[in-house]
Amino acid sequence: MSRFADHLLAAPIVVPLLAGALMLLLGERRRALKAAISLSSTFALVVVAIAILHVIDLPPNRAGSTGVYRLGAWPAPFAIVLVADRLAALMLLLTSVLAFASLLFSLARWHRVGAHFHSLFQFLLMGLNGAFLTGDLFNLFVFFELLLAASYGLALHGSGALRVKAGLHYIAINLAASLLFLVGVSLIYGLTGTLNMADLAIRIPAITPENRPLLEAGAGILGIVFLLKAGMWPLCFWLPTTYAAAAAPVAAIFAIMTKVGVYIVLRLWLLLFGVEAGASAQFGGDWLLFGGMATVAFGVIGTLASQDLARLTAFSVLVSSGTVLAATGMGQVAVTTGALFYLVSSTLGLGALFLLVELTERGREPGADVLAVTREAFGEEDDDEEGEIGVAIPATMALLGLAFIGCALVVAGLPPLSGFIAKFALLSAALNSSGANGSGGPISGASWALLAMLILSGLAALIAMVRAGIRTFWAAPNRTIPRVRVIEMAPVAILIFLCGILTIQAGTIMRYMRDTAEVLHTPRSYIGNVLPPSASEARGAGRS
Amino acid sequence: MEIILALGIGTLAGSGVWLILRPRTFQVIIGLSLLSYAINLFILAMGRLRIGAPPVLATRGVGDPLLYADPLPQALVLTAIVISFATTALFLVVLLASRGLTGTDHVDGRERDS
Repeated sequence: MSRFADHLLAAPIVVPLLAGALMLLLGERRRALKAAISLSSTFALVVVAIAILHVIDLPPNRAGSTGVYRLGAWPAPFAIVLVADRLAALMLLLTSVLAFASLLFSLARWHRVGAHFHSLFQFLLMGLNGAFLTGDLFNLFVFFELLLAASYGLALHGSGALRVKAGLHYIAINLAASLLFLVGVSLIYGLTGTLNMADLAIRIPAITPENRPLLEAGAGILGIVFLLKAGMWPLCFWLPTTYAAAAAPVAAIFAIMTKVGVYIVLRLWLLLFGVEAGASAQFGGDWLLFGGMATVAFGVIGTLASQDLARLTAFSVLVSSGTVLAATGMGQVAVTTGALFYLVSSTLGLGALFLLVELTERGREPGADVLAVTREAFGEEDDDEEGEIGVAIPATMALLGLAFIGCALVVAGLPPLSGFIAKFALLSAALNSSGANGSGGPISGASWALLAMLILSGLAALIAMVRAGIRTFWAAPNRTIPRVRVIEMAPVAILIFLCGILTIQAGTIMRYMRDTAEVLHTPRSYIGNVLPPSASEARGAGRS
Repeated sequence: MEIILALGIGTLAGSGVWLILRPRTFQVIIGLSLLSYAINLFILAMGRLRIGAPPVLATRGVGDPLLYADPLPQALVLTAIVISFATTALFLVVLLASRGLTGTDHVDGRERDS
């Protein structure tokens, strides 16, 4: 990798940090300038993420290419490293694309309803990117706190009693989780003497049997924290309320925040407790599988029971992360491939849906209470005047309805959009994997359960979406047509369009996902890239 | 030494957990603070307890690692203190906002119907 590309790895953290800090210095009145800075920073992130993805995925070293950025040029176990492998690069791109869409959406009006929206947004991006890139447990904690601190501010963006109430619970539960995070990290450090993820993966097989329960307790406590972020049942009761109460662009970017938890579980579980972890191999796999299924069940019941679209979408977030967790718990390359594709497609679809929900609810009097609260709190009663500046699209409802159908197709997993391909990949992998595992044996019970779960959750999502769609678009008496501006419709269209691209380019993308999953399931390549050769050879000698 | 530290961590964590489960926002915030003290002590304990051993090398020469305490947990504690201080301050602001908007200090924003 060239020198320039090496430094490129720090950009996803540095760019939003600088942009956010710069905007803190500007007054609240200079909104146009702030919007320009924020938008260009986020666009730069998209470009950087594409560049990193391109560098990582160069054909010659397809087997296991990993970019490592050593801060201060210290060797890996002694100092902080940033590591970008295929999974991290994928998540960076997903985050920046979603961020760009929700930022564009917020420019119509949402960025005006509270202070420091753009700075908080950039700090959230910095925390997200840092969490994806870091190769060190404690740094992960710091980036988690960064993104959470920014998300506390964003969750309360727009103020109002509803948001403050939801935010209070959200902050309390996340502060408690952060403390658990520290317990887990320090337990693991006390036993292994390292916090570097690659170094940990080397040392875990060598832990003595009497210390092993303690290590597994530490890992379990860490797992609780990440599963709480991912919204696994029964740690997910905070999620629907918070997400449904958050402002639309904030909720859209929050759709990626549950995926941070899922990402860390994928990364750490497969790295530390993969096939090479000795006595602790596959520790907690059943918890992921069954916990994921319980989450899907809870999410499905929630979607069917929700009265308004925002809550329905929030419960769909649970279904999505539950599906990925359960598929991860299978611990097989093919299933993980499908899960990764599903993760990308469902995050884009849910992000679009969160944005769309706000647009459709705008015209409905009962759903307009959130907006009313916002106006009340900030004394802003001139929404309609602001609306006049933009172009009022004719046949707004038709466009909104079409976009809603698109989102529903992605979320429920029906052709022709990408949700179908994702579910198909998961289904076929679940059916074939047990054959590869037990050389043509019968399909295992877990596979059947996963199969049933996928199909039933898709059916339930379809029922819930169709019901909500009919209620919103067809059977709403004396409603006013919502005023929608192009800048608000465009992000939704972009996200759905990207789902379409995912479908058309499914072959290429699936190839990338398979490479990602293979690298994830062979921790050796990650370790070899992060640590200097002597350390990874010492490991091989110690094991043989 | 060990038993004192263990009892201290246990007492702080126990009181913290009990307070977090209370219905008043102020109790919750005090509970979180107590818990974070317990965790900070716990991190320090994970670096093994040493008395009279400095964590920083002397200015000259190469030090013998056996004479020094593990500096990493101390650095971690410092970071953890700063972060928990900042987030507690932020939580306090939200608490006040909630008190102002709902008129009650109950965590659910309204008193339980009795």
